[in-house]
Amino acid sequence: MSILLSRKSRVICQGFTGKQGTFHSEQCMAYGTNLVGGVTPGRGGQRHLGLPVFDTAHDAVRETGADVSMIYVPAAGAADAILEAADAGIGLIVCITEGIPVNDMVKVKETLKAYACRLVGPNCPGVITPGEAKVGIMPGFIHKPGRIGIVSRSGTLTYEAVFQTTRLGLGQSTCVGIGGDPVRGLNFVDVLALFEADPKTDGIIMVGEIGGGDEEAGAEFIRRHVSKPVVAYIAGVTAPPGKRMGHAGAVIAGGQGTAADKYAALERARVRSVRSPAELGAAMAAALGTAGARRQPAAKASGAPGRAKGGGGGAARRRAGATAKPRRSKKR
Amino acid sequence: MNLHEYQAKELFRDYGVAVPQGRVAASPEEAAEATAALGGGPWVVKAQVHAGGRGKAGGVKLCRTVAEVRSATAGMLGQRLVTKQTDAAGLAVHQVYVEAGSAIERELYLSLLLNRDRSRLAFIASAAGGMDIEEVAARTPEKIVRVEIHPAAGLQGFHCRRLAFALGLKGPQVREFEQSARGIYRLYLDCDAGLVEVNPLIVTKDGAVLALDAKITVDPNAVFRQKMIAAWRDPSQEDPMERQAAEHDLNYVSLGGDIACMVNGAGLAMATMDLIKLHGGEPANFLDVGGGATPERVTVAFKLILSNPKVKAILVNIFGGIVRCDIIAEGIVAAVRTVGVAVPVIVRLEGTNADVARRQLAASGLAITPASDLTDAATKAVRLAAGG
Repeated sequence: MSILLSRKSRVICQGFTGKQGTFHSEQCMAYGTNLVGGVTPGRGGQRHLGLPVFDTAHDAVRETGADVSMIYVPAAGAADAILEAADAGIGLIVCITEGIPVNDMVKVKETLKAYACRLVGPNCPGVITPGEAKVGIMPGFIHKPGRIGIVSRSGTLTYEAVFQTTRLGLGQSTCVGIGGDPVRGLNFVDVLALFEADPKTDGIIMVGEIGGGDEEAGAEFIRRHVSKPVVAYIAGVTAPPGKRMGHAGAVIAGGQGTAADKYAALERARVRSVRSPAELGAAMAAALGTAGARRQPAAKASGAPGRAKGGGGGAARRRAGATAKPRRSKKR
Repeated sequence: MNLHEYQAKELFRDYGVAVPQGRVAASPEEAAEATAALGGGPWVVKAQVHAGGRGKAGGVKLCRTVAEVRSATAGMLGQRLVTKQTDAAGLAVHQVYVEAGSAIERELYLSLLLNRDRSRLAFIASAAGGMDIEEVAARTPEKIVRVEIHPAAGLQGFHCRRLAFALGLKGPQVREFEQSARGIYRLYLDCDAGLVEVNPLIVTKDGAVLALDAKITVDPNAVFRQKMIAAWRDPSQEDPMERQAAEHDLNYVSLGGDIACMVNGAGLAMATMDLIKLHGGEPANFLDVGGGATPERVTVAFKLILSNPKVKAILVNIFGGIVRCDIIAEGIVAAVRTVGVAVPVIVRLEGTNADVARRQLAASGLAITPASDLTDAATKAVRLAAGG
């Protein structure tokens, strides 16, 4: 296992018998996820997709020993479902649902501090450890077990990064979609910390977008604490201010949260970034292939401010149209 | 979702936030009647549009006689008001708000909004009211007071007092302010607001503390459970293409360029717009067809895109996961046939059944340009839009 999810994880689905819950539970099971049951209030005792249905998450956990939940409950009831999962003792909650009122998530985020659990999402594609398990809506077949950790606020844009790294033979360790909402569970910093500590991850791709300050916090975290090569991309350079660009969290508000600001923060932290999403895979391959690609994080350097050792000493910015020769990682 | 000033002030009244007397009017006669209800003048006639900067654009007029109120109203209604917060086309004025004039001693600023990075509501206040708060924040940040509120205990008296004293309020004004601040806080939570902004909050010559302007936006994700507010939606204030798109459950934002996009997924849609720009073109729109890209929706999306006369090329970029590329291809072929597309259509499809889809498009006999990857798609779109 890389981070968060493995073939041994015991997964339940909240919103199990609904249309989305049913379809995606089938897809996840087909991928190899260890789904052990699901929750639909009022249908406890029934069976669905060959698995037990429970009235409550508490019943499900008691009977199945589940430690992961994937939530497909509609927006009006999704915050409630997240809190129910936490209260039932679920350690990893992955909320796919889009459209949860922001004020609900503010309360959820605060309340979750009282529990030993992690929330991924909401409004996210989920988490996948290729070759082991997927909890979410991502297409399993484009993934390949490998060494690149991917963390992203987007869904289909993430699949582009996956597709490229698969094609280049790099594969992925774990992909985490933290989602498009403004208030969410794990942020970039949280996932970057997990990848940095993970022996199965050699390089990290970070896909951000306009809105909020999470990428900036991520950049600073990378500067101080991350030694593995990171390549970043920010969507929304051409987004106009004040408009919600699809995702609830993709809004430039009060002049803050522009793509330009985020690229500047990455540059200050000496994180490689690309301006075209088509270059993510190649940039990652190049970063891994470069001798001395590991960063010198500021917190580990004795007194000296963080400077990336080798690896181009800064952003490996590619001009549009140039193709970087993908070099194979020296590691297996 | 935006509300008009008169709607925001109605909510303010309901929640005990002090505002001057006022009435909404949809004609010069109604405006004249309003003056009778408001007592003596002067009165201020304010255009009701979903944008700020009305004052400098002639959308706020001080009137001393009823005749002036009538003519100010007549001058605004039916016109489009162009302010620095609107585009060149401005916004249609269908109503005005007639308000009792106030003798302003001082102008302050007060807003309540979510700090998303800290997941906390915070009041922002400044003694420099009536101005662009972002400018104040940039030039004189020390003039801004931020008071963060923990969700467990909620707004406390001490939060209100900190704000009141920072704003230089004295004596009974401190209590009055606290009542208004509490009202704004309860309103924010009850109505699922995203922002409540009072600019300016005034202190009158008599020492009263009043909200002279009121701006409330409501979380679009919460409108389903805000029935009264949902009914207050004003489509006349929305970009017509964005409104049409929303009616068909499409996420659409108008931009100024000539290369239209149709993409599945908000992040990929933004990336596609950016790619066009990166390769020397100008995107015409953001359009996320989402996971439900059926032939019908693709047709609706094409019609919408083509109703913009500036469009010189259409770039379709789909990464099919659950969504099957052959279904998308079916939709594109149907749309192009139904709608009669006269501009180049560049299609890049990847993911589930992409090969099948590419063959379908090639076999359709339609003038659809296939693209092999993201870069190829963007460069072809830019070239073909330029007539190359």
